[in-house]
Parts: sequence; C-alpha cells; structure tokens
Amino acid sequence: MRVGVVTFPGSLDDRDAQKAVRLAGAEAVALWHADPQLYDVDAVVLPGGFSYGDYLRCGAIARFAPVMESIVSGARDGLPVLGICNGFQVLCESHLLPGALIRNDIRRFVCRPQRLRVENVSTSWTSGYTAHEEIVVPIKNGEGGFVADTATLDMLEAEGRVVLRYLEDNPNGSYRNIAGISNEAGNVVGVMPHPEHAVEALTGTGTDGLPFFESVVARFVGAAA
Amino acid sequence: VPRVIVDVVLKPEILDPQGQAIQGALGRLGFAGVNTVRQGKHFELDVEDDVDDALLNKLADTLLANPVIETFTVRRVDASNSAAQPEA
Repeated sequence: MRVGVVTFPGSLDDRDAQKAVRLAGAEAVALWHADPQLYDVDAVVLPGGFSYGDYLRCGAIARFAPVMESIVSGARDGLPVLGICNGFQVLCESHLLPGALIRNDIRRFVCRPQRLRVENVSTSWTSGYTAHEEIVVPIKNGEGGFVADTATLDMLEAEGRVVLRYLEDNPNGSYRNIAGISNEAGNVVGVMPHPEHAVEALTGTGTDGLPFFESVVARFVGAAA
Repeated sequence: VPRVIVDVVLKPEILDPQGQAIQGALGRLGFAGVNTVRQGKHFELDVEDDVDDALLNKLADTLLANPVIETFTVRRVDASNSAAQPEA
C-alpha cells in the first residue's frame, strides 16, 4: 500500500508522518504541494506544521495548492485522507470537513500529552481501535479550538462523526471537547492531536497513535485480499 | 486606480481570544469604559476598472474570509482619500 504525505511550505511533521506510515507497514510517498499528481497513492496524510506561515488563516492558502485540488476530488471519490493539526485546518478550509479551528481560548500554545477517547471506530483511520478506547497522544497547537454552529455540532454528534474527544482538560476551548471529526463517508478524518508522534516506545508518549496508520493499511490489505 | 476595502469580522457567536486579550490590556492600561473588543481583518485592494462587485464578493467569500466563522463587507473608496495612501 502507498500512502502519500504532502509537504507544503512550512510543513513540520511530514517526516514523522512518513515514518508512522512505514511503521504501519505501508510505503510512504512524498507529495509536493505544487505538483497535482498523486502518483497512485491509496491514501493521503496532510501533516502538521504552519503551511504558508499560517498567513491569512491557518490552512487558508494551502487549500488552493495544486495538490489539494487532486486530494479534494479524490476524497469525494473515497480516497482516505487524514489531516493532522494543520492538516485538519486545511481540511476544514477545503470544506471537506465542517467547522473551523480558531485560536486557543487560553491564548497560549499548548504542547503536552493529551488524554483522548476514540468515539468512532468505523472510519478509515480509526477502525484499529476498540469502541470508546482511551489513548494518550501529544497535542501541540496554538489555533486548535474547534468551532461550528450549533446545528453543525448537533449533526456531527447525531451522525457519530465526532471521532476523538478530549478527556479531562480541554486544551483549547474546542466546542463539546471535540478533538477530531470525520466526513459523512468516514474516509476523511481531521484530528488536532498528533498520532504520528506516538508510534514508537522510544520517543513520545507511547504507541497509542499507531492504530491510525494501521487502520488504513488493514482496510486496504483486507480489501485487496 | 479604484481601491476596494474588504473588512472581515468574526461572527458574533465565535469566540475571539485575541479581542479578549486586547480588552484586558486596555483595562490594565487604564482605558476605562471599553466593554468588548472584536478583532478583524482589513484588506485594501487596488483593482482594474473592470473588476465588478460580483467578482469582489466572490474573491472575498473564497479566500479573504472563511464564511464558516466570518462575515465580510466590500466597499469602494476614493483612493486619493484613503488612509493607506503613502505620504508624499
């Protein structure tokens, strides 16, 4: 299986995302923001960082990168796409996911291990977890507050599209403690915490993030078998 | 050259931590009587004569503002009177 990882100008976590993909047993394919080709990848990760310097709004300019046009149309046809942190912001700006991410309510950058609950284990990226599994994954954001109008929040809850929820302390003022959501089909997932930083026991908070990447690989292998 | 001003503000229901920080700072500095501060963005565009309102609204809705959390206004001004005109 080939999983593309996009590098925008200002991406930070593309190498970590590539490594997570390899640890999950897939080939990591570097995708470049200015190149619309997806090189036959079977899934895409939009990594964390500060694409285009976070100018205008986080993700607002990355949304119009040539590679994003291919990813948006692929995602509408079922291509699994995971947006992490800045990648989540790009997915919201692209309207692949509803809502938006704004500056943390506490007005500070937050960088710490975060307890989370996996609320939906039927998406392309979370099927490797057990229902309501509690995990610890690093969080590091300055503009991670998930906001949407009440009707959108109610719709996300009713359709089971809240994928991850903050436990204990809400780090950024996200409405309803939402840390991650999916699109209606479940192939597009955006999360503010960083599963790619929790894939090896040697570094980080443990390996609780690895199932994100193993989920998409297992689904692909299962579909091919 | 026609000048266009686009002002973008957060919708009222969206939290504005930056505005709150500014309001707090005003209080600490002794500026009394400011009840709320909402921070927005102000864009000045110099455009060709044939750029119409429909195009301006489209570009504001597409890129300058995120309609999920923000609203915008577009207005044309006399460039010679604009505050942004550089000093001679």
